[in-house]
Amino acid sequence: MTDTPLKTVISRPGATSAAGDHRDLIHVRDLSLYYGASKALKNISISLKGNLVTAFIGPSGCGKSTFLRCFNRMNDLIDHVKITGLIEIGGQDINHREVDVIELRKKVGMVFQRSNPFPKSIFENIAYGLRLHGMKAKSEVEGVVEQSLKASALWDEVKDRLHSSALGLSGGQQQRLCIARAIAIKPEILLMDEPASALDPIATSKIEELILELKRDFTIVIVTHNMQQAARISDYTAFFYIGELIEYDSTVKVFTNPGRKQTEDYVTGRFG
Amino acid sequence: MSHSNQQFKRKTFDFSSWFFTVLTGAATYLIVSILAVILLNVLISGLPRFSWRFLTGGTERDMFSVANAGVWPMIVGTSIRVFVMTLMVVPVGVITAIYLTEYASSISFLTRVIRGAVNNLAGVPSIVFGLFGLGFFISYVGKGLDHVFYAGGESHWGKPAVIWAALTLAVMTLPVVIVATEESLRSIQPGLREASLALGATKLQTIFKIVVPQAMPGILTGAILAIGRAAGEVAPILFTGVAYYMADLPHSLNDLFMDLGFHTFILASQSPNIEQTKPILYSTVLTLLLLTFGLNFIAVLVRGRMRAARRSVH
Repeated sequence: MTDTPLKTVISRPGATSAAGDHRDLIHVRDLSLYYGASKALKNISISLKGNLVTAFIGPSGCGKSTFLRCFNRMNDLIDHVKITGLIEIGGQDINHREVDVIELRKKVGMVFQRSNPFPKSIFENIAYGLRLHGMKAKSEVEGVVEQSLKASALWDEVKDRLHSSALGLSGGQQQRLCIARAIAIKPEILLMDEPASALDPIATSKIEELILELKRDFTIVIVTHNMQQAARISDYTAFFYIGELIEYDSTVKVFTNPGRKQTEDYVTGRFG
Repeated sequence: MSHSNQQFKRKTFDFSSWFFTVLTGAATYLIVSILAVILLNVLISGLPRFSWRFLTGGTERDMFSVANAGVWPMIVGTSIRVFVMTLMVVPVGVITAIYLTEYASSISFLTRVIRGAVNNLAGVPSIVFGLFGLGFFISYVGKGLDHVFYAGGESHWGKPAVIWAALTLAVMTLPVVIVATEESLRSIQPGLREASLALGATKLQTIFKIVVPQAMPGILTGAILAIGRAAGEVAPILFTGVAYYMADLPHSLNDLFMDLGFHTFILASQSPNIEQTKPILYSTVLTLLLLTFGLNFIAVLVRGRMRAARRSVH
């Protein structure tokens, strides 16, 4: 990885028009997470802005995925996980005992590293979430399915086989279907956990284009191993190392003029 | 040149390799030939008396008469007890497996105790299940029902009956269903559960809409194994419901029943002239084998359809 191409991608207008009047949507204050006795996230404080793409980068095991899964409380599923500190989304403490985790997950959608379409038809994969949340009228479901597939740039490829199995799609198509499934229930925030790490370069670039499209309507938080990807698509970047947030700033700043030595070493490929 | 040839020179005869090939092959052929001998023996000796009349005939005149005997009451009895057992064991087994895989913490003491109990249950001799059925279902549950509903001392439920035999078999085959279901639940990609939960589904919705439909083939495998195990079992039904002879077919769940396996034992041991009844003994065994294979075959067909349906969706 050399410096030059990285800087060229960063200077693309789409990725840098970051700043401006995007308000803070997610507030995290002094968050720590324990797996049993070991502390996996250490006193993280960060504020993420709405309608932008924030990338979490860092070496494997640095806690970035664990942190991402705090936002829709997917860590609830793991035994012996304890969280201290505060996470507020839209001003609401999401770990408060009166919070309905179902409502939270409706608002905070997620796309996983390995595409995981249900072994159902393409149509049913998207309709599943809609029906869960009470949408019954067939025409309405059909409308949203079409809309979601169009928004995830999959419609033209699948419109003639909506009722065939989703497992017959290619890896990249499956991942875009998972994105369509997540956005169909109209979340505000879309969490993406290394969504392109299992895909080939062409499928990856399609996902990246899609993310740049989607940020008009959604706040996107993406975990990625791929630093060029973070540079290409994100407005802000947070660098994690062994459970700590080392640096958080605009992507341009993090990649061209990082404030910390560790960040610089990582983004220039000296360790990772 | 000659050096490299020598390096890769083939051994003339590798005795240990040859010996092991022969040994494993022999073991395999031994098993297959034992099965072949049993099946051929039953087929050759059983087919001559095997007829439509034999299958649909009753025991009205003489159950030991080669010319008149039929096995219809036993086919009905065995089918009912296996069917009722399946209705009982599949839901209970599946729900237990769901609890163990989806709810219980895999490292808790209670879960380990349950798992141990399930495994030990599988190792209990079947005659012990028969005694358990007599003691628990008939003397305790059945007599209790009589006590509550028929205060006059009439015995409606506190006696051997097809329902108690079926329940005893259900307890016996429970581990089979639990283990098969658990295996299929565990083999489901964890990503599917996560995907459903992340869309805002509850745990219950995820289990019923995603997990169980995915596990259906495995659940059916469990049912097939349970049916296969139960259909030929005689010991658990000895004290719990089987009859030596009945003039009528069972009409309700608290009736006694006749059974193919038990009838085989009667023909082989209680006949006044064992040599003479041999042909119908063989035909009865053939019927039992066909019934067991038939029930298995149906379940395998259903499972195959389900798999195909899941692959193509439409």
